[in-house]
Amino acid sequence: MDFLVAPFASNVFMQNAFVAGLLVSVACGIVGTFVVLRGLAFIGDALGHGVLPGVAIAVLLGLPGMVGAAGGAIVMILGISLVTRKSSLSSDTAIGLLFVAMLALGVAIVSRSRSFSGDLVRILFGEILGITAGEILIQLAATSAIAFLAALCYRPFLLLCFGNEQADASGFSSRLFHGIMLGMIALTVVVSFKTVGTLLVFGMLLAPAASAALFARRIGGMIAGATAIGAFSVYAGLLASYWLDLAAGASITLVASLIFFVLFSARRLGEKGRAASREDPHHA
Amino acid sequence: MREMAVLSRGLSVGYGSEVIVPGIDLELAAGQTCALVGINGSGKSTLLKTLAGLLPPILGEVAILGKPPLSMPSRVAYLGQFHPSGMALPLRAADVVRMGRFSSHGLLGKLGSEDEEAVWAAIEAMGVTKFADLPLSRLSGGQRQRVFIAQALARRADLILLDEPASNLDAPAVETYRRLVRATADAGAACIVATHDIDEAGACDMTMLLAHRVVAYGPSSEVLEPAALLATFGIVGRYREGGLVAVGREHDGCHDGE
Repeated sequence: MDFLVAPFASNVFMQNAFVAGLLVSVACGIVGTFVVLRGLAFIGDALGHGVLPGVAIAVLLGLPGMVGAAGGAIVMILGISLVTRKSSLSSDTAIGLLFVAMLALGVAIVSRSRSFSGDLVRILFGEILGITAGEILIQLAATSAIAFLAALCYRPFLLLCFGNEQADASGFSSRLFHGIMLGMIALTVVVSFKTVGTLLVFGMLLAPAASAALFARRIGGMIAGATAIGAFSVYAGLLASYWLDLAAGASITLVASLIFFVLFSARRLGEKGRAASREDPHHA
Repeated sequence: MREMAVLSRGLSVGYGSEVIVPGIDLELAAGQTCALVGINGSGKSTLLKTLAGLLPPILGEVAILGKPPLSMPSRVAYLGQFHPSGMALPLRAADVVRMGRFSSHGLLGKLGSEDEEAVWAAIEAMGVTKFADLPLSRLSGGQRQRVFIAQALARRADLILLDEPASNLDAPAVETYRRLVRATADAGAACIVATHDIDEAGACDMTMLLAHRVVAYGPSSEVLEPAALLATFGIVGRYREGGLVAVGREHDGCHDGE
Protein backbone atom coordinates (compact mmCIF):
# COMPACT_ATOMS: atom_id res chain seq x y z
CA MET A 1 0.00 0.00 0.00
CA ASP A 2 3.05 2.19 0.36
CA PHE A 3 2.99 3.15 -3.30
CA LEU A 4 -0.39 4.89 -2.76
CA VAL A 5 0.97 7.24 -0.08
CA ALA A 6 4.74 7.43 -0.42
CA PRO A 7 4.86 9.81 -3.43
CA PHE A 8 2.95 12.40 -1.41
CA ALA A 9 4.66 11.75 1.92
CA SER A 10 8.18 12.15 0.59
CA ASN A 11 7.81 14.93 -2.02
CA VAL A 12 6.83 18.51 -1.26
CA PHE A 13 6.01 19.16 -4.93
CA MET A 14 3.50 16.29 -4.85
CA GLN A 15 1.92 17.67 -1.66
CA ASN A 16 1.59 21.12 -3.22
CA ALA A 17 0.16 19.59 -6.38
CA PHE A 18 -2.38 17.63 -4.36
CA VAL A 19 -3.53 20.68 -2.37
CA ALA A 20 -3.74 22.80 -5.52
CA GLY A 21 -5.68 20.02 -7.25
CA LEU A 22 -8.10 19.76 -4.33
CA LEU A 23 -8.80 23.49 -4.53
CA VAL A 24 -9.41 23.17 -8.27
CA SER A 25 -11.81 20.29 -7.51
CA VAL A 26 -13.83 22.40 -5.07
CA ALA A 27 -14.04 25.40 -7.42
CA CYS A 28 -14.88 23.21 -10.41
CA GLY A 29 -17.37 21.15 -8.38
CA ILE A 30 -19.35 24.26 -7.48
CA VAL A 31 -19.11 26.14 -10.76
CA GLY A 32 -19.26 23.01 -12.93
CA THR A 33 -22.57 21.99 -11.33
CA PHE A 34 -24.24 25.16 -12.55
CA VAL A 35 -22.43 25.01 -15.91
CA VAL A 36 -23.82 21.50 -16.47
CA LEU A 37 -27.32 22.28 -15.18
CA ARG A 38 -27.64 25.43 -17.26
CA GLY A 39 -26.07 23.95 -20.36
CA LEU A 40 -23.24 26.51 -20.37
CA ALA A 41 -20.58 23.96 -21.33
CA PHE A 42 -19.84 25.74 -24.57
CA ILE A 43 -19.37 29.10 -22.86
CA GLY A 44 -17.11 27.43 -20.28
CA ASP A 45 -15.08 25.93 -23.11
CA ALA A 46 -14.84 29.29 -24.85
CA LEU A 47 -13.67 30.97 -21.63
CA GLY A 48 -11.08 28.26 -21.09
CA HIS A 49 -9.55 28.88 -24.48
CA GLY A 50 -10.18 32.60 -24.47
CA VAL A 51 -7.63 33.18 -21.72
CA LEU A 52 -4.82 31.82 -23.91
CA PRO A 53 -3.82 35.06 -25.68
CA GLY A 54 -3.85 36.87 -22.34
CA VAL A 55 -1.53 34.29 -20.81
CA ALA A 56 0.66 34.36 -23.91
CA ILE A 57 1.06 38.14 -23.74
CA ALA A 58 1.86 37.90 -20.03
CA VAL A 59 4.51 35.23 -20.73
CA LEU A 60 6.14 37.40 -23.42
CA LEU A 61 6.13 40.46 -21.14
CA GLY A 62 7.36 38.47 -18.16
CA LEU A 63 4.20 39.16 -16.13
CA PRO A 64 2.43 36.58 -13.92
CA GLY A 65 0.29 34.28 -16.09
CA MET A 66 -2.76 34.80 -13.88
CA VAL A 67 -2.83 38.52 -14.68
CA GLY A 68 -2.86 37.74 -18.39
CA ALA A 69 -5.50 35.04 -17.90
CA ALA A 70 -7.74 37.49 -16.05
CA GLY A 71 -7.38 39.99 -18.90
CA GLY A 72 -8.17 37.33 -21.49
CA ALA A 73 -11.22 36.17 -19.52
CA ILE A 74 -12.59 39.71 -19.26
CA VAL A 75 -12.22 40.22 -23.03
CA MET A 76 -13.89 36.86 -23.63
CA ILE A 77 -16.84 37.59 -21.28
CA LEU A 78 -17.40 40.93 -22.98
CA GLY A 79 -17.25 39.22 -26.36
CA ILE A 80 -19.66 36.46 -25.32
CA SER A 81 -22.22 38.84 -23.82
CA LEU A 82 -22.03 41.07 -26.88
CA VAL A 83 -22.52 38.10 -29.19
CA THR A 84 -25.36 36.50 -27.19
CA ARG A 85 -27.21 39.79 -26.84
CA LYS A 86 -26.95 40.92 -30.45
CA SER A 87 -27.67 37.66 -32.25
CA SER A 88 -29.71 35.09 -30.39
CA LEU A 89 -29.99 33.00 -33.56
CA SER A 90 -26.41 32.02 -34.15
CA SER A 91 -24.77 32.64 -30.80
CA ASP A 92 -23.34 29.10 -30.73
CA THR A 93 -21.58 29.71 -34.01
CA ALA A 94 -20.38 33.12 -32.92
CA ILE A 95 -19.02 31.86 -29.58
CA GLY A 96 -17.35 28.98 -31.41
CA LEU A 97 -15.64 31.36 -33.80
CA LEU A 98 -14.71 33.67 -30.94
CA PHE A 99 -12.87 30.92 -29.11
CA VAL A 100 -11.14 29.59 -32.21
CA ALA A 101 -9.97 33.13 -32.93
CA MET A 102 -8.70 33.58 -29.36
CA LEU A 103 -6.95 30.19 -29.48
CA ALA A 104 -5.28 31.07 -32.78
CA LEU A 105 -4.29 34.49 -31.47
CA GLY A 106 -2.80 32.86 -28.39
CA VAL A 107 -0.75 30.41 -30.44
CA ALA A 108 0.34 33.19 -32.81
CA ILE A 109 1.56 35.29 -29.86
CA VAL A 110 3.34 32.38 -28.21
CA SER A 111 5.07 31.53 -31.50
CA ARG A 112 7.03 34.80 -31.07
CA SER A 113 8.53 33.33 -27.93
CA ARG A 114 11.90 31.55 -28.19
CA SER A 115 10.71 28.57 -26.17
CA PHE A 116 7.53 28.28 -28.22
CA SER A 117 6.45 24.66 -27.75
CA GLY A 118 7.48 24.47 -24.09
CA ASP A 119 5.48 27.58 -23.20
CA LEU A 120 2.48 26.41 -25.18
CA VAL A 121 2.38 22.99 -23.55
CA ARG A 122 2.69 24.58 -20.10
CA ILE A 123 -0.21 26.95 -20.81
CA LEU A 124 -2.47 24.35 -22.40
CA PHE A 125 -1.81 21.49 -20.00
CA GLY A 126 -0.69 23.22 -16.82
CA GLU A 127 2.28 22.65 -14.57
CA ILE A 128 0.70 21.31 -11.44
CA LEU A 129 4.02 19.87 -10.26
CA GLY A 130 5.56 23.35 -10.28
CA ILE A 131 2.91 25.04 -8.13
CA THR A 132 4.25 27.32 -5.41
CA ALA A 133 2.83 28.03 -1.95
CA GLY A 134 2.01 31.60 -3.04
CA GLU A 135 -0.06 30.32 -5.95
CA ILE A 136 -1.89 27.95 -3.62
CA LEU A 137 -2.83 30.91 -1.42
CA ILE A 138 -4.28 32.76 -4.41
CA GLN A 139 -6.22 29.63 -5.33
CA LEU A 140 -7.50 29.33 -1.78
CA ALA A 141 -8.75 32.92 -1.85
CA ALA A 142 -10.43 32.46 -5.23
CA THR A 143 -12.05 29.16 -4.23
CA SER A 144 -13.37 30.75 -1.03
CA ALA A 145 -14.80 33.62 -3.09
CA ILE A 146 -16.49 31.14 -5.44
CA ALA A 147 -18.01 29.17 -2.55
CA PHE A 148 -19.21 32.39 -0.93
CA LEU A 149 -20.79 33.67 -4.17
CA ALA A 150 -22.47 30.33 -4.85
CA ALA A 151 -24.02 30.31 -1.37
CA LEU A 152 -25.09 33.94 -1.71
CA CYS A 153 -26.61 33.50 -5.18
CA TYR A 154 -28.00 29.99 -4.72
CA ARG A 155 -31.64 31.00 -5.20
CA PRO A 156 -31.22 33.05 -8.40
CA PHE A 157 -28.84 30.40 -9.78
CA LEU A 158 -31.45 27.72 -9.14
CA LEU A 159 -34.15 29.83 -10.81
CA LEU A 160 -31.84 30.46 -13.78
CA CYS A 161 -31.63 26.69 -14.30
CA PHE A 162 -35.31 26.91 -15.25
CA GLY A 163 -34.79 29.93 -17.47
CA ASN A 164 -34.23 33.67 -17.29
CA GLU A 165 -37.94 34.37 -16.91
CA GLN A 166 -38.17 32.35 -13.71
CA ALA A 167 -35.43 34.46 -12.14
CA ASP A 168 -36.78 37.80 -13.38
CA ALA A 169 -40.36 37.02 -12.34
CA SER A 170 -39.10 36.21 -8.83
CA GLY A 171 -37.36 39.55 -8.53
CA PHE A 172 -33.80 38.39 -9.32
CA SER A 173 -32.31 40.10 -12.39
CA SER A 174 -31.34 37.35 -14.82
CA ARG A 175 -28.80 39.60 -16.47
CA LEU A 176 -27.05 40.44 -13.20
CA PHE A 177 -26.90 36.88 -11.90
CA HIS A 178 -25.95 35.40 -15.27
CA GLY A 179 -23.12 37.92 -15.31
CA ILE A 180 -22.04 36.84 -11.81
CA MET A 181 -22.08 33.22 -12.96
CA LEU A 182 -19.92 34.02 -15.99
CA GLY A 183 -17.54 35.82 -13.64
CA MET A 184 -17.34 32.73 -11.44
CA ILE A 185 -16.59 30.51 -14.45
CA ALA A 186 -13.89 32.96 -15.50
CA LEU A 187 -12.39 33.08 -12.00
CA THR A 188 -12.31 29.28 -11.91
CA VAL A 189 -10.55 29.14 -15.26
CA VAL A 190 -8.07 31.85 -14.30
CA VAL A 191 -6.96 30.26 -11.03
CA SER A 192 -7.07 26.69 -12.37
CA PHE A 193 -5.14 27.08 -15.60
CA LYS A 194 -1.76 26.97 -13.86
CA THR A 195 -2.72 23.66 -12.28
CA VAL A 196 -4.39 21.75 -15.08
CA GLY A 197 -3.96 24.11 -18.04
CA THR A 198 -6.43 26.06 -20.15
CA LEU A 199 -7.29 23.04 -22.29
CA LEU A 200 -7.88 20.69 -19.39
CA VAL A 201 -9.56 23.05 -16.94
CA PHE A 202 -12.64 22.58 -19.07
CA GLY A 203 -12.50 18.83 -18.45
CA MET A 204 -12.32 19.41 -14.69
CA LEU A 205 -15.21 21.87 -14.93
CA LEU A 206 -17.40 19.44 -16.82
CA ALA A 207 -16.50 15.81 -16.14
CA PRO A 208 -16.94 15.62 -12.33
CA ALA A 209 -20.16 17.67 -12.39
CA ALA A 210 -21.59 15.66 -15.28
CA SER A 211 -20.71 12.42 -13.45
CA ALA A 212 -22.44 13.64 -10.30
CA ALA A 213 -25.47 14.76 -12.33
CA LEU A 214 -26.04 11.14 -13.37
CA PHE A 215 -26.96 10.16 -9.82
CA ALA A 216 -27.53 13.27 -7.71
CA ARG A 217 -31.00 14.02 -6.36
CA ARG A 218 -30.17 17.41 -4.81
CA ILE A 219 -28.08 20.35 -6.02
CA GLY A 220 -26.01 20.22 -2.83
CA GLY A 221 -25.43 16.51 -3.37
CA MET A 222 -24.34 17.17 -6.92
CA ILE A 223 -21.79 19.77 -5.81
CA ALA A 224 -20.47 17.43 -3.11
CA GLY A 225 -20.34 14.51 -5.54
CA ALA A 226 -18.58 16.58 -8.21
CA THR A 227 -16.01 17.79 -5.68
CA ALA A 228 -15.37 14.25 -4.43
CA ILE A 229 -14.98 12.87 -7.96
CA GLY A 230 -12.68 15.78 -8.82
CA ALA A 231 -10.59 15.18 -5.71
CA PHE A 232 -10.28 11.48 -6.45
CA SER A 233 -9.29 12.30 -10.05
CA VAL A 234 -6.54 14.59 -8.77
CA TYR A 235 -5.22 11.90 -6.42
CA ALA A 236 -5.36 9.07 -8.97
CA GLY A 237 -4.04 11.27 -11.77
CA LEU A 238 -1.07 12.48 -9.71
CA LEU A 239 -0.29 8.93 -8.67
CA ALA A 240 -0.41 7.70 -12.27
CA SER A 241 1.75 10.60 -13.36
CA TYR A 242 4.32 9.81 -10.61
CA TRP A 243 4.65 6.08 -11.21
CA LEU A 244 4.06 5.94 -14.97
CA ASP A 245 5.85 9.20 -15.78
CA LEU A 246 2.81 10.78 -17.49
CA ALA A 247 1.91 14.46 -17.82
CA ALA A 248 0.15 15.31 -14.53
CA GLY A 249 -2.58 17.68 -15.75
CA ALA A 250 -3.55 15.36 -18.58
CA SER A 251 -3.61 12.31 -16.27
CA ILE A 252 -5.97 14.07 -13.86
CA THR A 253 -8.35 15.12 -16.62
CA LEU A 254 -8.18 11.66 -18.16
CA VAL A 255 -9.19 10.01 -14.86
CA ALA A 256 -12.08 12.48 -14.46
CA SER A 257 -13.33 11.79 -17.99
CA LEU A 258 -12.95 8.02 -17.55
CA ILE A 259 -15.03 8.15 -14.37
CA PHE A 260 -17.76 9.93 -16.30
CA PHE A 261 -17.88 7.38 -19.09
CA VAL A 262 -17.80 4.44 -16.66
CA LEU A 263 -20.68 5.90 -14.61
CA PHE A 264 -22.52 6.86 -17.77
CA SER A 265 -22.29 3.30 -19.12
CA ALA A 266 -23.23 1.84 -15.73
CA ARG A 267 -26.35 3.95 -15.65
CA ARG A 268 -27.30 3.03 -19.19
CA LEU A 269 -26.84 -0.66 -18.36
CA GLY A 270 -28.88 -0.21 -15.19
CA GLU A 271 -31.69 1.42 -17.14
CA LYS A 272 -31.62 -1.33 -19.76
CA GLY A 273 -31.71 -3.95 -17.02
CA ARG A 274 -34.70 -2.31 -15.38
CA ALA A 275 -36.51 -2.03 -18.72
CA ALA A 276 -35.81 -5.69 -19.50
CA SER A 277 -37.13 -6.91 -16.16
CA ARG A 278 -40.23 -4.78 -16.64
CA GLU A 279 -40.92 -6.38 -20.02
CA ASP A 280 -40.26 -9.90 -18.80
CA PRO A 281 -41.92 -10.52 -15.43
CA HIS A 282 -40.10 -13.88 -15.01
CA HIS A 283 -36.73 -12.23 -15.41
CA ALA A 284 -35.12 -11.93 -11.98
CA MET B 1 -64.27 49.60 -4.56
CA ARG B 2 -62.08 46.55 -4.96
CA GLU B 3 -58.37 46.94 -5.76
CA MET B 4 -57.58 46.82 -9.48
CA ALA B 5 -55.28 43.87 -10.08
CA VAL B 6 -54.56 44.90 -13.66
CA LEU B 7 -55.29 48.20 -15.35
CA SER B 8 -54.02 48.96 -18.84
CA ARG B 9 -54.81 51.82 -21.21
CA GLY B 10 -53.79 51.78 -24.88
CA LEU B 11 -51.17 49.14 -24.10
CA SER B 12 -49.21 47.83 -27.09
CA VAL B 13 -47.25 44.63 -26.45
CA GLY B 14 -44.58 42.96 -28.56
CA TYR B 15 -40.88 42.23 -28.92
CA GLY B 16 -38.41 45.05 -29.47
CA SER B 17 -40.30 47.53 -31.62
CA GLU B 18 -42.47 44.88 -33.30
CA VAL B 19 -46.04 45.24 -32.01
CA ILE B 20 -47.93 41.94 -31.63
CA VAL B 21 -51.13 43.33 -30.09
CA PRO B 22 -51.86 47.09 -30.04
CA GLY B 23 -54.26 49.16 -27.94
CA ILE B 24 -55.10 46.81 -25.07
CA ASP B 25 -57.51 48.21 -22.47
CA LEU B 26 -57.65 45.64 -19.71
CA GLU B 27 -59.34 46.04 -16.35
CA LEU B 28 -59.38 43.20 -13.89
CA ALA B 29 -60.42 43.54 -10.27
CA ALA B 30 -59.18 41.50 -7.33
CA GLY B 31 -61.12 38.26 -7.06
CA GLN B 32 -61.80 38.04 -10.81
CA THR B 33 -60.59 35.45 -13.31
CA CYS B 34 -59.83 36.28 -16.92
CA ALA B 35 -59.11 34.06 -19.93
CA LEU B 36 -56.91 35.17 -22.82
CA VAL B 37 -58.17 33.23 -25.80
CA GLY B 38 -56.64 33.00 -29.26
CA ILE B 39 -54.72 30.73 -31.60
CA ASN B 40 -50.96 30.19 -31.41
CA GLY B 41 -49.14 33.44 -32.06
CA SER B 42 -52.16 35.62 -31.39
CA GLY B 43 -50.38 37.49 -28.59
CA LYS B 44 -51.56 35.69 -25.43
CA SER B 45 -48.08 34.90 -24.13
CA THR B 46 -46.74 38.31 -25.16
CA LEU B 47 -49.44 40.04 -23.14
CA LEU B 48 -48.87 37.77 -20.11
CA LYS B 49 -45.12 38.43 -20.22
CA THR B 50 -45.71 42.17 -20.40
CA LEU B 51 -48.03 42.00 -17.38
CA ALA B 52 -45.40 39.93 -15.54
CA GLY B 53 -42.82 42.61 -16.32
CA LEU B 54 -40.69 40.32 -18.47
CA LEU B 55 -41.26 42.44 -21.57
CA PRO B 56 -41.38 46.24 -21.55
CA PRO B 57 -44.61 47.73 -22.89
CA ILE B 58 -44.10 49.31 -26.31
CA LEU B 59 -46.79 51.95 -25.91
CA GLY B 60 -49.46 52.89 -23.40
CA GLU B 61 -49.83 52.39 -19.68
CA VAL B 62 -50.06 49.35 -17.48
CA ALA B 63 -50.42 49.09 -13.71
CA ILE B 64 -50.19 45.83 -11.77
CA LEU B 65 -51.78 46.12 -8.31
CA GLY B 66 -51.45 49.88 -8.73
CA LYS B 67 -47.71 49.83 -9.52
CA PRO B 68 -45.52 49.31 -12.60
CA PRO B 69 -45.01 45.62 -13.52
CA LEU B 70 -42.40 43.68 -11.52
CA SER B 71 -42.48 46.22 -8.64
CA MET B 72 -43.67 43.51 -6.23
CA PRO B 73 -42.51 40.07 -7.41
CA SER B 74 -43.85 38.36 -4.30
CA ARG B 75 -47.40 39.50 -5.07
CA VAL B 76 -47.43 38.32 -8.69
CA ALA B 77 -46.99 34.69 -9.75
CA TYR B 78 -46.12 33.86 -13.36
CA LEU B 79 -46.00 30.43 -14.95
CA GLY B 80 -44.67 30.43 -18.50
CA GLN B 81 -44.65 27.61 -21.00
CA PHE B 82 -41.89 25.17 -20.15
CA HIS B 83 -39.83 23.05 -22.44
CA PRO B 84 -39.71 19.72 -20.66
CA SER B 85 -36.36 18.70 -22.19
CA GLY B 86 -34.39 20.98 -19.90
CA MET B 87 -35.98 19.68 -16.75
CA ALA B 88 -33.62 16.87 -15.77
CA LEU B 89 -32.41 18.81 -12.75
CA PRO B 90 -31.40 17.09 -9.51
CA LEU B 91 -34.32 18.55 -7.58
CA ARG B 92 -37.23 16.92 -5.82
CA ALA B 93 -40.74 18.03 -6.69
CA ALA B 94 -41.14 19.68 -3.27
CA ASP B 95 -37.93 21.69 -3.84
CA VAL B 96 -39.37 23.01 -7.09
CA VAL B 97 -42.60 24.08 -5.38
CA ARG B 98 -40.52 25.73 -2.64
CA MET B 99 -38.87 27.93 -5.29
CA GLY B 100 -42.23 29.70 -5.49
CA ARG B 101 -41.47 31.22 -2.09
CA PHE B 102 -38.06 32.69 -3.02
CA SER B 103 -39.51 36.01 -4.16
CA SER B 104 -40.66 36.84 -0.63
CA HIS B 105 -37.23 36.31 0.94
CA GLY B 106 -34.55 37.73 -1.36
CA LEU B 107 -31.14 36.12 -1.50
CA LEU B 108 -30.69 34.83 2.03
CA GLY B 109 -33.93 35.37 3.99
CA LYS B 110 -34.88 32.19 5.80
CA LEU B 111 -37.99 30.30 4.71
CA GLY B 112 -40.21 29.83 7.75
CA SER B 113 -43.17 27.74 8.84
CA GLU B 114 -45.56 29.99 6.93
CA ASP B 115 -43.64 29.19 3.73
CA GLU B 116 -43.67 25.46 4.42
CA GLU B 117 -47.39 25.65 5.07
CA ALA B 118 -47.96 27.40 1.69
CA VAL B 119 -45.70 24.90 -0.09
CA TRP B 120 -47.40 21.80 1.29
CA ALA B 121 -50.88 23.24 0.88
CA ALA B 122 -50.14 23.82 -2.83
CA ILE B 123 -48.62 20.33 -3.17
CA GLU B 124 -51.69 18.78 -1.62
CA ALA B 125 -54.09 20.93 -3.64
CA MET B 126 -52.47 19.91 -6.94
CA GLY B 127 -52.43 16.26 -5.88
CA VAL B 128 -48.66 15.85 -6.06
CA THR B 129 -48.12 14.74 -2.45
CA LYS B 130 -47.33 11.19 -3.57
CA PHE B 131 -44.32 12.21 -5.62
CA ALA B 132 -43.23 15.26 -3.64
CA ASP B 133 -40.00 13.47 -2.69
CA LEU B 134 -39.21 12.16 -6.17
CA PRO B 135 -36.67 13.89 -8.40
CA LEU B 136 -38.18 15.99 -11.16
CA SER B 137 -36.54 13.79 -13.81
CA ARG B 138 -38.64 10.81 -12.70
CA LEU B 139 -41.96 12.59 -13.27
CA SER B 140 -44.01 12.56 -16.45
CA GLY B 141 -44.70 15.77 -18.38
CA GLY B 142 -48.16 16.09 -16.86
CA GLN B 143 -46.90 15.44 -13.33
CA ARG B 144 -44.21 18.12 -13.79
CA GLN B 145 -46.81 20.57 -15.01
CA ARG B 146 -48.82 19.95 -11.83
CA VAL B 147 -45.66 20.63 -9.80
CA PHE B 148 -45.14 23.92 -11.65
CA ILE B 149 -48.75 24.99 -11.10
CA ALA B 150 -48.26 24.16 -7.40
CA GLN B 151 -45.15 26.38 -7.45
CA ALA B 152 -47.20 29.30 -8.79
CA LEU B 153 -49.93 28.70 -6.20
CA ALA B 154 -47.41 28.43 -3.37
CA ARG B 155 -46.48 32.06 -3.87
CA ARG B 156 -49.94 33.04 -2.58
CA ALA B 157 -49.83 35.97 -4.95
CA ASP B 158 -52.52 38.60 -5.48
CA LEU B 159 -52.23 38.24 -9.24
CA ILE B 160 -51.59 34.88 -10.89
CA LEU B 161 -50.57 34.74 -14.55
CA LEU B 162 -50.68 31.28 -16.16
CA ASP B 163 -49.65 30.53 -19.74
CA GLU B 164 -51.57 27.50 -21.05
CA PRO B 165 -51.22 25.65 -17.74
CA ALA B 166 -53.67 22.92 -18.73
CA SER B 167 -51.68 21.67 -21.71
CA ASN B 168 -50.14 18.30 -20.74
CA LEU B 169 -52.69 17.75 -17.97
CA ASP B 170 -55.05 14.77 -17.96
CA ALA B 171 -58.78 15.30 -17.43
CA PRO B 172 -58.81 14.89 -13.61
CA ALA B 173 -55.82 17.25 -13.27
CA VAL B 174 -57.53 19.85 -15.47
CA GLU B 175 -60.54 19.57 -13.19
CA THR B 176 -58.37 20.06 -10.08
CA TYR B 177 -56.54 23.00 -11.60
CA ARG B 178 -59.76 24.77 -12.66
CA ARG B 179 -61.29 24.30 -9.22
CA LEU B 180 -58.15 25.77 -7.66
CA VAL B 181 -58.17 28.82 -9.91
CA ARG B 182 -61.76 29.45 -8.89
CA ALA B 183 -60.98 28.95 -5.20
CA THR B 184 -57.95 31.24 -5.42
CA ALA B 185 -60.09 33.96 -7.00
CA ASP B 186 -62.81 33.46 -4.39
CA ALA B 187 -60.13 34.02 -1.76
CA GLY B 188 -59.43 37.43 -3.32
CA ALA B 189 -56.67 36.93 -5.90
CA ALA B 190 -56.99 37.85 -9.57
CA CYS B 191 -56.04 35.27 -12.14
CA ILE B 192 -55.29 35.54 -15.87
CA VAL B 193 -55.01 32.35 -17.91
CA ALA B 194 -53.94 31.98 -21.54
CA THR B 195 -55.85 29.14 -23.14
CA HIS B 196 -57.14 27.65 -26.39
CA ASP B 197 -60.00 26.07 -24.51
CA ILE B 198 -63.30 27.90 -24.92
CA ASP B 199 -64.90 25.88 -22.13
CA GLU B 200 -62.19 27.06 -19.76
CA ALA B 201 -62.80 30.65 -20.86
CA GLY B 202 -66.53 30.14 -20.25
CA ALA B 203 -65.73 29.28 -16.63
CA CYS B 204 -63.77 32.54 -16.15
CA ASP B 205 -65.44 35.81 -15.17
CA MET B 206 -63.90 37.74 -18.06
CA THR B 207 -62.55 36.82 -21.48
CA MET B 208 -60.27 38.66 -23.85
CA LEU B 209 -60.28 37.34 -27.42
CA LEU B 210 -56.98 37.96 -29.19
CA ALA B 211 -56.01 37.72 -32.86
CA HIS B 212 -53.09 40.15 -33.15
CA ARG B 213 -55.67 42.64 -31.91
CA VAL B 214 -58.25 42.68 -29.15
CA VAL B 215 -61.30 41.14 -30.82
CA ALA B 216 -63.42 41.53 -27.70
CA TYR B 217 -63.06 41.96 -23.96
CA GLY B 218 -65.77 41.65 -21.35
CA PRO B 219 -67.74 39.20 -19.23
CA SER B 220 -67.26 35.71 -20.69
CA SER B 221 -70.99 35.17 -21.18
CA GLU B 222 -71.13 38.22 -23.47
CA VAL B 223 -67.81 37.86 -25.26
CA LEU B 224 -67.98 34.17 -26.16
CA GLU B 225 -70.46 34.49 -29.01
CA PRO B 226 -70.19 33.06 -32.54
CA ALA B 227 -69.24 36.21 -34.46
CA ALA B 228 -66.37 37.08 -32.09
CA LEU B 229 -65.14 33.48 -32.00
CA LEU B 230 -65.21 33.33 -35.78
CA ALA B 231 -63.01 36.43 -35.88
CA THR B 232 -60.65 34.90 -33.31
CA PHE B 233 -60.37 31.31 -34.46
CA GLY B 234 -61.92 31.14 -37.89
CA ILE B 235 -64.46 28.68 -36.50
CA VAL B 236 -68.17 28.89 -35.93
CA GLY B 237 -69.28 27.81 -32.49
CA ARG B 238 -72.54 27.42 -30.64
CA TYR B 239 -73.56 26.67 -27.07
CA ARG B 240 -75.10 23.31 -26.24
CA GLU B 241 -76.17 22.33 -22.75
CA GLY B 242 -74.11 25.06 -21.16
CA GLY B 243 -70.87 24.18 -23.00
CA LEU B 244 -69.56 25.69 -26.17
CA VAL B 245 -69.15 23.34 -29.09
CA ALA B 246 -67.11 24.09 -32.19
CA VAL B 247 -69.08 22.86 -35.14
CA GLY B 248 -66.99 24.07 -38.03
CA ARG B 249 -63.58 25.51 -38.65
CA GLU B 250 -61.86 27.37 -41.42
CA HIS B 251 -58.27 26.47 -40.62
CA ASP B 252 -56.25 24.30 -38.27
CA GLY B 253 -54.61 25.24 -35.02
CA CYS B 254 -57.73 26.36 -33.23
CA HIS B 255 -57.94 23.58 -30.68
CA ASP B 256 -55.70 22.66 -27.83
CA GLY B 257 -54.86 19.20 -29.02
CA GLU B 258 -51.28 19.01 -27.76
